[in-house]
Amino acid sequence: MIEASDFLLIAPEILLFAGVLVTVVMAAFMGDKRAKTVNIAVLLFFALAGYAVFFPNRVSDFMGGMFPLFLFNEQFIEDAVSRFAKGFILIASSGIILLSWTYFKQINNQKAEYPVLIMLAVLGMFFMVSANDFIMLYAGLELQSLALYILAAFNRSSAKSSEAGLKYVILSAISSGVLLYGLSFIYGYFGTTNFAELYALVSQTQEMPMIAAVGMVFVLAALAFKISAVPFHMWAPDVYTGAPSPVTAFFATAPKFAAFILLVRLLFQPFDGLSQNWIQAIIFLSVASMVLGAFAGLAQSNIKRLLAYSSIANVGYLLIGVIAGGQYGLQAVLLYFGIYIINLLGIFAVLIALNKNDKPTDRIEDFSGLSKTNPYLAFCMMILLFSLAGIPPLAGFFAKYFVFFAAVKSGYTALAVIGVLSSVISAYYYLRIIRIMYFSEPMEGAALRSDFAVNAIAGFAAIAMIGFILMPELFSDLSLRVAADILIE
Amino acid sequence: METALSDIPLLSVMTFFPLLGALCIFFIAKFTRLKTDASKVIALTVSFVTFLLALAVFFVFDNTNPAFQLVERASWLPSFNAEYIRGIDGISLWFVMITAIITPIAILNSFGSIKKNIHEFMIAVLILETMMIGTFTSLDLVLFYVFFEGVLIPMFLIIGIWGGEKRIYATYKFFLYTLLGSLLMLVAVLYIAVAFNTTDMMQLIEQGVPIDAAIWIWLAFFASFAVKTPMFPFHTWLSYAHVEAPTTGSVLLAGILLKMGAYGFIRISLQMLPEAGMLFAPMMIVLSIIAIIYASFVAFAQTDMKKLIAYSSVAHMGFVTLGLFSMNEQGLDGAMFVILSHSFVSAALFMGVGVAYDRLHTREIARFGGMASNMPQYAMFFMIFTLAAVGLPGTSGFTGEFLSLLGAYKANIWIAVFAGLGIILGAVYMLSLYRRLFFGKQDKEDVSKMPDLSVRESLCFAPLAVLVFWIGLYPSTFSNQYSATMKTILERLVQ
Repeated sequence: MIEASDFLLIAPEILLFAGVLVTVVMAAFMGDKRAKTVNIAVLLFFALAGYAVFFPNRVSDFMGGMFPLFLFNEQFIEDAVSRFAKGFILIASSGIILLSWTYFKQINNQKAEYPVLIMLAVLGMFFMVSANDFIMLYAGLELQSLALYILAAFNRSSAKSSEAGLKYVILSAISSGVLLYGLSFIYGYFGTTNFAELYALVSQTQEMPMIAAVGMVFVLAALAFKISAVPFHMWAPDVYTGAPSPVTAFFATAPKFAAFILLVRLLFQPFDGLSQNWIQAIIFLSVASMVLGAFAGLAQSNIKRLLAYSSIANVGYLLIGVIAGGQYGLQAVLLYFGIYIINLLGIFAVLIALNKNDKPTDRIEDFSGLSKTNPYLAFCMMILLFSLAGIPPLAGFFAKYFVFFAAVKSGYTALAVIGVLSSVISAYYYLRIIRIMYFSEPMEGAALRSDFAVNAIAGFAAIAMIGFILMPELFSDLSLRVAADILIE
Repeated sequence: METALSDIPLLSVMTFFPLLGALCIFFIAKFTRLKTDASKVIALTVSFVTFLLALAVFFVFDNTNPAFQLVERASWLPSFNAEYIRGIDGISLWFVMITAIITPIAILNSFGSIKKNIHEFMIAVLILETMMIGTFTSLDLVLFYVFFEGVLIPMFLIIGIWGGEKRIYATYKFFLYTLLGSLLMLVAVLYIAVAFNTTDMMQLIEQGVPIDAAIWIWLAFFASFAVKTPMFPFHTWLSYAHVEAPTTGSVLLAGILLKMGAYGFIRISLQMLPEAGMLFAPMMIVLSIIAIIYASFVAFAQTDMKKLIAYSSVAHMGFVTLGLFSMNEQGLDGAMFVILSHSFVSAALFMGVGVAYDRLHTREIARFGGMASNMPQYAMFFMIFTLAAVGLPGTSGFTGEFLSLLGAYKANIWIAVFAGLGIILGAVYMLSLYRRLFFGKQDKEDVSKMPDLSVRESLCFAPLAVLVFWIGLYPSTFSNQYSATMKTILERLVQ
C-alpha cells in the first residue's frame, strides 16, 4: 500500500529527479557557454538532497517508526545503510563535479549536460542502495548505467573515450542480461521478487534447489561485473583508461559503492540463508581480485590503468569483509569504502591537475620530479598513496586493519594472510609513483596545474587520511551502527 | 619532584615533541621564507629538548621497580580492543635513551652533508624520532604496530631523496622487505586482539599466551623482527640501504632502527611469549652464529667501507640475538650491552665514513691511506670506535661481547667456540680497515690535502666516545637501570 508519507520519505530522490528536470531544461536553453550555472545548480540540488537524506527525522518521528522503513509496497527500503551510502555517494559526486570543471576547462569541453548526467547516475544509485525488490534493483541499476555509458564516451573527439564508452555499453548490457536471466530463475522458483519475502522463503527452504542456486550465481556474476571483481573485471582497465579522468574517478567511487551496497544487501538479506552456497564463490572472487590486482598493477605505465588494477585489488579486500560477515565484517566493509572513496577522490584530484604541454596526461612518467614544482600537491599525493598502500599511521592502514580483523575474528586467517601478502606487492606500485615524484628530475613541459578545487579536495583528503588516527572511534562507531542495520536478526 | 612530574604525561610529551617540532618547521617554512639555517637550529634544539625530556624520564624512573612505570592510558579504539597505552620499564628506558642521544648527534652531523631540501630533511628526521620513541614506549600492540611501521615512511624518503646513486633499488628493497615482515606481524596482532580480547601488552605478559597459539604468533613476530634486526638470512636489504642512505640515515638506521628489532625480540618474543621463545631458542642461536661468522667473512671482502661496516652490524646484531636466546642472566645482560655499544659505535663509525665521503666523495677503501698523518683527530676517534667494535677491554664492545659469550658458554660450549671465532674475525676486518685507511704510505695527493675534523664533527664524535668508555669502564650505571626488569623476565623464562 502506498501512503502519502512515503513521498515525504523519498524526498531526496524526488529532489534529485526534479533537479534533473530543471537542469536539463537549463542546459538546453542556456547552452555550453553558461555551463557553469548548470554546474552550480546541480551542486545546489545535491546539497538539498543531502539535507533531505540526513534530516528526514521529522517524518520518521511523525510515524513513530524506526529503521528500516518499507515504502511503496515494500519496493523501497529506507534504512541506515541506504542513508550512509547516499551520503557518501553525494560527497563523491559533488567532489567529482568540481574536479570535472577543472578538467574540462583544460580541454575546452565544458558541456552543460555533463553535470545533469552525473545527477541522473546519482539518482539511479539512490534507487540501487534503497532497492528492496529485484525490479527496483534493476531499474536503478539501468538508470545509473545509461548515464555512465554516455559519461564514459564524453570526450567525443577522442577515439579512446568513444571506445571506452562502447566497450562499457556492450559488456554492461551483457551483464544486465545475465542479471535478468538469473532473476527469472529466482522468480520462477520462489514466485516473488521482493527481498523480505525472499528472505522468509529462503530461510524456510531446507535443501537449495539447483534452479535457485543457478539464478543466484547469475545475479552474483552480474554484480561482480559492476564492482569489477576478478574474473569479471576485464572491462575496468580499458574503460578506466579511456574515459575522461573525472569520469574515471566517478566510476571508481560512487557507482562501485552503490553496487557494493547492493551486493551486501542481497547477500545478507534475501540470500542470507544460502550463505553456504555463495561463500565459496565470494572467497574465490576475493582472492582472485586481490592477487590479480596486485600483480597486474606492477607493469602499468598509465596511472589510470594502474588505479583500475588497484581498485580491483581493493574490491578483493572489501570482499574479505563480506566473507567475514556479521556486524564486524560489514562494519569493516563500510569503513573501508568510506575511507577508500575519500582517498581516491584526493588521488584523482592530483591526477586531474597533472598536465603536459597544457594537455591533461595520465602517464606515470609525467609525475617526474613534481615535488619540486608543486610541493603541496606532491605532498598530498604522497600521503594519499601511502594511505592507499596501507601504511600506518594513515587511514588506509586502519581500513585494512578493520577488514583483516573481521577476517581473523570469523576464522578466515588464511584470507587475511593472502590480503597482507598482496598488499605488500601492491605497495610496490604505489611507491613507484612516490619515487617518480620525489626522486626523479622534472620532465620538460609536465606540471601540476592546481586550482582551488583541486587543492581543496586533495588537501581535505590528505588531512582526513592523517587525522583519522586521532578519532578512529567516531567513524568506526557510526559504521558499526549502520552495519547492525543490514543484518536481519 | 616525582609527584609534580607524574601529573603530566611525560612519555607522550617526549614522544610527540619532535613531531611538534616537525610541524613547526613545516608551517614556518610554508608561510615565511625560513632560512635553511634556521630549520637546522630548530631541529637541533627540538631533538636536544627531547633528550632533556628523556633525561627527565630517566631520573623519574625508579630502577628498583621491575614493572612498567609512568603508565598513561586513554581510550582509542575500544571496539577493536586497542587502547592508547604508554609506559616504560628498565629495558625500554635504554632504547629511549639511545634514540634521544643519537638523534641530535645525527642532526648535527647532517649539517655538513645534506645540501638540498633541508627543511624537508629535518622534518623527516624529527618525525622519525617520534616514531622510534613511540615504538619503544607503546604498550599496546596495535599502537606499537602503528609506530613500528610508521618508521618506514620517513626512512623511505630519507634514503630515496637524499641517498646515493642506486638509492631507488635500495629504498624498494628496504621498504618492501620490512613491510612484508611487519604485515605478518599485523596478522599476529589481529589474532591476539580477537583471541584474547585485548592488545594491552602488560595484560598479555601477565596472563600468558597458550603455547599452541603462541608458536604461530611467535613466528609471525619473528618475521618482522628478524627482518628489522636483521638476522641471517633476512639481512640482504641492510647493505643496500646503508650504502645508499645519506650519512645521517645510516647513523639512524644502524644506531636506532635496527634496535627496534632487538627491542621486539626482548619485549615480545621473550617477555610475552616465553615458552615459544624457549622452543625456538636453538633455531635463533644457530641463525645468530651463522650471521656472526658469515657476515664477518663478507665484511672482510668488502672494498666499500660503508658496506663493510653494514655487514659488521649484521655480525654484531648476531651477538645480540645470541645473548638473548642463550636465556641466562649473562646472555641477556650481554645482549643489552651489545645493543647499547653497537648503537653508539656503529653510529660513530658511519659518521666516520661520512667524514671521509664528504671530503673525497668516494667510499672505496683503496682510495684512502695514511690519513693518520694529516688527520690525527679523525684517526684518534676512528681508532676509539674501531677498538670498541673489536671489543677491546675498557671499551663498550668488550662488556657486551664478553657477557654474551659467557651466556653462550653457559648454554653450550660449542656455541661459545663458534661465536668466539666471530670476535676474532671481527678484529681481523676492523683492524685491516683501519690499517688501510690510516696507516701506510700517503701517496695520494687529494687524500693528503684533506683537512682534519671541524669543531662540529668533533662535537658529534666526542659524546659517543665518552659513552663508549663509560660503558666499558663502569657498566653498572647502565645495568642498574634494567637489572630489576631483566630479573623478572628471566624468572619467567627459567620456569
